[in-house]
Amino acid sequence: MLSFTLRKLLTVAGTMLGIAVLTFVITNIAPGDPARLVAGPNATEDMVETIRSEYGLDRPIVEQFVIYMKDLMTGDFGTSIVSTRPVLDELLRYAPATIELVLVAMLLGIVVGVPLGMLSAVYKDGPIDHVTRILSISGVALPAFWFGILMQLYFSVELGWLPVSGRLPLVARPPDMVTGSLLIDSLISGNFKTFNSALSYIILPAIVLSFPCLASILRVNRAEMIEVLQSDYIVAARAHGISSRRIVAIYALKNALLPTLAMIGLRFGWMLGSTVLVETVFDWPGIGLYAVSSALASDFKPVIGVTLLIGFLFIIANTLVDLAYAWIDPRLRRA
Amino acid sequence: MSNTEHPSAPPMTFAERHASQIRQVRLYAHMFRGSFSSMLGLALVIAFLFLAAFGPWIVPYPEDTLGAVHMGSRLLPPSAEHWFGTDEMGADIFSRVIVGARTSLWIGIVITGLGALVGVPLGIIAGYKGGWVRACIMRVTELFLAVPGLALALAIVASLGPGLTNCMVALAIVWWPGYVRLVEAKTLAVKEELFVESARSIGARTPWILWHHILPNCLSPIIVKMSMDMGMAILAAAGLGFIGLGAPPPAPEWGAMVSVARSYMPDWWWYSFFPGAAIFLTVLGFNLLGDGLRDILDPRSHTR
Repeated sequence: MLSFTLRKLLTVAGTMLGIAVLTFVITNIAPGDPARLVAGPNATEDMVETIRSEYGLDRPIVEQFVIYMKDLMTGDFGTSIVSTRPVLDELLRYAPATIELVLVAMLLGIVVGVPLGMLSAVYKDGPIDHVTRILSISGVALPAFWFGILMQLYFSVELGWLPVSGRLPLVARPPDMVTGSLLIDSLISGNFKTFNSALSYIILPAIVLSFPCLASILRVNRAEMIEVLQSDYIVAARAHGISSRRIVAIYALKNALLPTLAMIGLRFGWMLGSTVLVETVFDWPGIGLYAVSSALASDFKPVIGVTLLIGFLFIIANTLVDLAYAWIDPRLRRA
Repeated sequence: MSNTEHPSAPPMTFAERHASQIRQVRLYAHMFRGSFSSMLGLALVIAFLFLAAFGPWIVPYPEDTLGAVHMGSRLLPPSAEHWFGTDEMGADIFSRVIVGARTSLWIGIVITGLGALVGVPLGIIAGYKGGWVRACIMRVTELFLAVPGLALALAIVASLGPGLTNCMVALAIVWWPGYVRLVEAKTLAVKEELFVESARSIGARTPWILWHHILPNCLSPIIVKMSMDMGMAILAAAGLGFIGLGAPPPAPEWGAMVSVARSYMPDWWWYSFFPGAAIFLTVLGFNLLGDGLRDILDPRSHTR
């Protein structure tokens, strides 16, 4: 297991390096003059020249690449043009909100998706199965931003149950930062009022973000359960008179969970990508919204910073899933 | 040809010559018809293709799709005159949504087509050649798959600058790796088959084998994936349009329409509702169709 873990960590380092190269390529694919793009349409020739030398754009491409990589290694992600602050500082400020949102959504997807998948496998072709099928097929096809708007219209405007957007009311004092998650931090400090408030703000974006994830977890879990429930050891268990509930919830679910776990890892990355939409709809102050507002302002460094961070988080999640896989199923450690 | 050997027999008709293929297609059609969700998907896709083809001629207010301004009829609710209401320029939303189908179809075809055009050959080569060629191709592929597609596309669009064409380019750039992975895995399995080995042993050249043996056997999963991807590409492009990096207004693009409509929430709900519903139904249609196709063409593969 240790050598497996070490090999995985090496792969993580390699992939991160690759992503850094990829982002450099993206920065340089744009036809035309990047310095002019940064300077804006009304810049004079002198201003463009100044920017060119300031950003090191007048140097050979290989040298630019070396500088870029060196900067990344030392944690220098450049400076945002809009806020004139280092991108790294802003990423660290916005990341906790996104991570909290994605984790809550993930939890929601698992807690709802796995039991529903299980139920629809047990009652295959029954009414529950039909309802979950509609849910799982439409879940992937729903445009997150539109679904979010509908949820806002119904639950926030029509019923007035939940706040429309944001992370906390403007007047509320956020709890002292410990983990960066408002939910956990407010609980630690015993501030239940803030906790309730934070919870009411996160529910809608979390539901919207988790819906496609829930749908695919449901589908995979259902398909796996149906297959597992037909296998010999389940038949044997039934023959031994073990209760149906025990068979399904323990014996069958354990084996069906492995592919579900792979799907969870895959969907984690997908959700990180979708935060750019969901955070825009709900004005959620995370890295997704940060990337979008920077992209709209032609502020390029933050966008690259967010891409790197999202890639990094995704790789970490995938590695954790791989490790969990190997921990559960020792046969995979040799691969 | 058999009719040259038996001059007395009448020449074979098309139906006779292709009897076995026709039987196969009939069986597929029969299986497809049996599934309600597949037929629903097919109906949605046909409706979408019809609107994309004839939209500009059947809409009630063609001039509204080009950015006509009617200040007298701003933001009217849905009515008999304006089925989906009107927008802030007084344009008929029904007309704009229908004409938007053409934009979406174009987006879907370009992204899926480019993705497959780049990904399928690379996948076949990687799977068939093996060795360092495969290692190289798969490394790059995995790299692209290591960053969530929408985030990567956002970065590329930010670099290229906003606009519909750049959006499509960006999404095509993040789309091809999926095909490489799919086709590579399939090719690895097919190249071990006996008919490939016999073709090689009688001296068939590699390009011929790839074209006549490997590709046809990879076709089913490719078709299924392309059907699914038509929907997913439209969805992703609508997302970029919603963010504001896609087609600039007043182009009738669904994602951009929802984006503008967002500032007219909640009082003018119909403005964002109908374009979004159009995206949903289109993507749903292609997903259901792809799902149905998988059940008949590629039954062994798992549902994902």
